[in-house]
Amino acid sequence: MELSDLVGALAIGFAAGMAGGLVGVGGGVLMVPGLVIFLGESQLGAQATSLLAIVGVAALGAWRQNGYGNLRLRDAVVIGALSPLGVLVGTVLANALSERALELSFAAVQTYFAYRLVRRATASPAPPQAAKG
Amino acid sequence: MSSRLARLAAVATAAGAFSGLFGVGGGTIIVPLLILWFGYGEREATGTSLAAIAIIAGLAAAAHGLYGNVDPVNALLIGLPAVGGVLAGTALQQRIPERAVAGAFAVLLVASALVLVF
Repeated sequence: MELSDLVGALAIGFAAGMAGGLVGVGGGVLMVPGLVIFLGESQLGAQATSLLAIVGVAALGAWRQNGYGNLRLRDAVVIGALSPLGVLVGTVLANALSERALELSFAAVQTYFAYRLVRRATASPAPPQAAKG
Repeated sequence: MSSRLARLAAVATAAGAFSGLFGVGGGTIIVPLLILWFGYGEREATGTSLAAIAIIAGLAAAAHGLYGNVDPVNALLIGLPAVGGVLAGTALQQRIPERAVAGAFAVLLVASALVLVF
C-alpha cells in the first residue's frame, strides 16, 4: 500500500463520518468508493467491508442521538430483528451480479443521494440542528 | 401480526435488501418511511434509523463474510477515521453551515460515481 493511498483512505473515512454526522447521510456511500479507489478492493468487496465499518459509526451516532432524546430503541430493535430476510436477498443478489452491474447501480445510488442533498440544501435556509447520522 | 408490526417488517426487509445489495446502511429507506408511516419527526427518525442500521449492517456484514467478501483491516482503516469524523462533525455542527457540507458532499458523491462508471 502506498502512503498516499493510506492517507486518502483515512481522509475519505473521516469525511464520510463527518458528513454523516452533519447532514444525516450514512457514510457508506462515500466509504465504498474510498475502499475501491484507495485500498484496491473490488466493488463487491468494498460494499461488504463498508458494512462492517458502518456498524461502529452507526452505533456511535445512535448513542449520541440517544443523548438528544432522538432514539426510539424499541422500534429500532424490531426493525433490526426483522431485517434478516431482506439482508439475505440483498446479499445473495449482490454476489450474483457482475462487478460492472454493481458499479453502475451503486453510481446511480450515489447520484440519487447527491440529488437529494442538493435539493435539500437549496430548498430552505437550514436552521442549526442536532447531529444526524 | 398487527399492522404496525407488519409495516415495521416491511421497512426492515426493504432496508435489509438495500444494505446487503449496496453496502450502505439503508438510512435512505428507513428515515423517510418512519416519517411517512409512523409520524416520526426527522431527528427521531434519524436517531432510530442509526440504531437499526447498526444491527442491519452487522447482519449484512456477517452474510457477506460468509462469502469471504469482508476485509476487516480495511474496515478499520476506513471506519476508525469515520468515527473521528462523526465526533468532529457533531462538535462543529453549530459552526459549520449545513448547506456548505451538503454541497461538498454532493460534489464528492458525483465525482466518485463518475470514477466508478468510467
